[in-house]
Amino acid sequence: MIRTFPQSRGYSLGFKIYICLFYLFLFAPLVVTCVLAFNDSSFPSLPWKGFSLDWFFADGPARVGIFHDSSNLTSIWVSTKTAFFVSLLSLAVGSMGAFLFEQEDFPGKQGLYFLALSPLVIPGVILGISILLAANAFGLLLEENLGIDVPILRPSFWLVVLGQFSFISTFVLLVVSARLKKFDHSLEEAALNLGATRFEVIRYVTIPFLRPALIGAGAVAFLMSFENFNTTLFLVGSDTTLPINLYLQVRDGSSPIINAISFLLIVSTSLLALINLLFSRRGEEA
Amino acid sequence: MKSKVSSGLFIFLTPVLLWLLLLIVIPHIELLLMSLQGESDLGEPIWTLSNYTAFFTESIYWYTFVRTAVYALLVTVLTFAVTFPVAFYITKVVPVRLSGFLTILLLVPFWVSELVRVYGWMILLRESGVINHFLLQLGLINQPVEMLYNDISMIMGLVYTSMLFMVVPLISSLEGMDDSMIEAAHDLGASKFVIFFKIVIPYAAPGITSGSIVVFMLALGNYLTPNLMGGKNSLWFTEQIYNEFIASFNWNQGAAFGFLLLLLSSCIIWIGLKLGRQQLGKALS
Repeated sequence: MIRTFPQSRGYSLGFKIYICLFYLFLFAPLVVTCVLAFNDSSFPSLPWKGFSLDWFFADGPARVGIFHDSSNLTSIWVSTKTAFFVSLLSLAVGSMGAFLFEQEDFPGKQGLYFLALSPLVIPGVILGISILLAANAFGLLLEENLGIDVPILRPSFWLVVLGQFSFISTFVLLVVSARLKKFDHSLEEAALNLGATRFEVIRYVTIPFLRPALIGAGAVAFLMSFENFNTTLFLVGSDTTLPINLYLQVRDGSSPIINAISFLLIVSTSLLALINLLFSRRGEEA
Repeated sequence: MKSKVSSGLFIFLTPVLLWLLLLIVIPHIELLLMSLQGESDLGEPIWTLSNYTAFFTESIYWYTFVRTAVYALLVTVLTFAVTFPVAFYITKVVPVRLSGFLTILLLVPFWVSELVRVYGWMILLRESGVINHFLLQLGLINQPVEMLYNDISMIMGLVYTSMLFMVVPLISSLEGMDDSMIEAAHDLGASKFVIFFKIVIPYAAPGITSGSIVVFMLALGNYLTPNLMGGKNSLWFTEQIYNEFIASFNWNQGAAFGFLLLLLSSCIIWIGLKLGRQQLGKALS
């Protein structure tokens, strides 16, 4: 059953086959998507018609590769901008939350902590519609009473940023809190005794200690934002993000160009995942 | 000293309060208020329960609701059944030097966007898909079979997209388990079956609880996978919400649906926490 036990042949063979099948199940869709990005065919399906880079570099008129497809390139740029602002905002607010819940004491702390975790159990779709409703109501209020039109409060780029920020902050908070729990407070006390102010302590002692967690949380926040679909669906305006744009294309039919984008996404996220893993390993050793 | 501490508290508290009030509390209050509003015959906004009565009188609405809840539970159970042997194998069976590698391999696909993973399954399963191609080549079938757009493919897709959130807590709870507990039980004559139910499962219970909660919630709130893999008959409740909001532009009705979904997921999570005797904070972190 476990390493130290002698095993019957059939049992351990059966277990191995199951694990192999599981990993096959895990990787089959990704491998097939990647391979078909290079098939010299107009449909993302077999038979194999030879190797081709058309779906990356072709410049029309029969085939347009991803590097010449302005609609997809624009949406990649929109997603990158969104993810940048979301990770910046949620890193700032999430770490402040971690400091607040780990180092401060105030009445109602337990309740507020519960509230700060709640975005994890609110379905993304619900978060999307409630923020849409609230922004809309607030926009109407401003327009009727003050006569100001605030375009941000309609589905738009910044509403998407706010919507994603609302739940990604919680993830940052959890990651930074976990690291902050391991922090040796005598370091802070030493700095305070030597005359540092509270914020000098944070700047020169706590932040350097938190750096691996901040980098890790930032990477996760970037990726979560870049790939978010559920919340974004209701808040997106004319600036479509990549997942929304891909969804529209997949729903209405398919072209190997989606495979080409998927291939790029798979390669870059795997790289990011590995880098993140190395960083967090090093952080734990330190 | 005292004043410094309180100024720190103030600086940390303000952004956190702004975030939670403006983006979490107020929007959900607005959701509730919106769901209780409607239009009178003259087109005037009024308070009404009609959005909720519509839910209970139109059978398609509550049928979809119940169906979504039952299927989300099924997905949770299946995800547990599929991933538990893997978590056990990685933590207890495979040689230690391999287990790290297998864990990393397990995590990589889940960094990739859900849309890409679902798309991968679509080009595998559909009528002109890769699996059909191989089955035809092997002569196992004469006609391509449509394997996409049914309940089974939808459930499979949901299991696939939520596996990570089950396997990670399972691995971390099993990792903390001392092998000697299993050895002791074995030496005292317990069968594999007894060891599994009396030792392993109770020990992994916290991981099972938190994994199940997250998987259930993600399945319930998923829009992409049912929509793309379940086809027109997927009847997932989030699609109902989307239709009210985007297609019918009936925000009041959509808000009522949203609130019901939120209520359902909160109830099930609460029950799960009670059954697993856990607290929300611990289960999620």
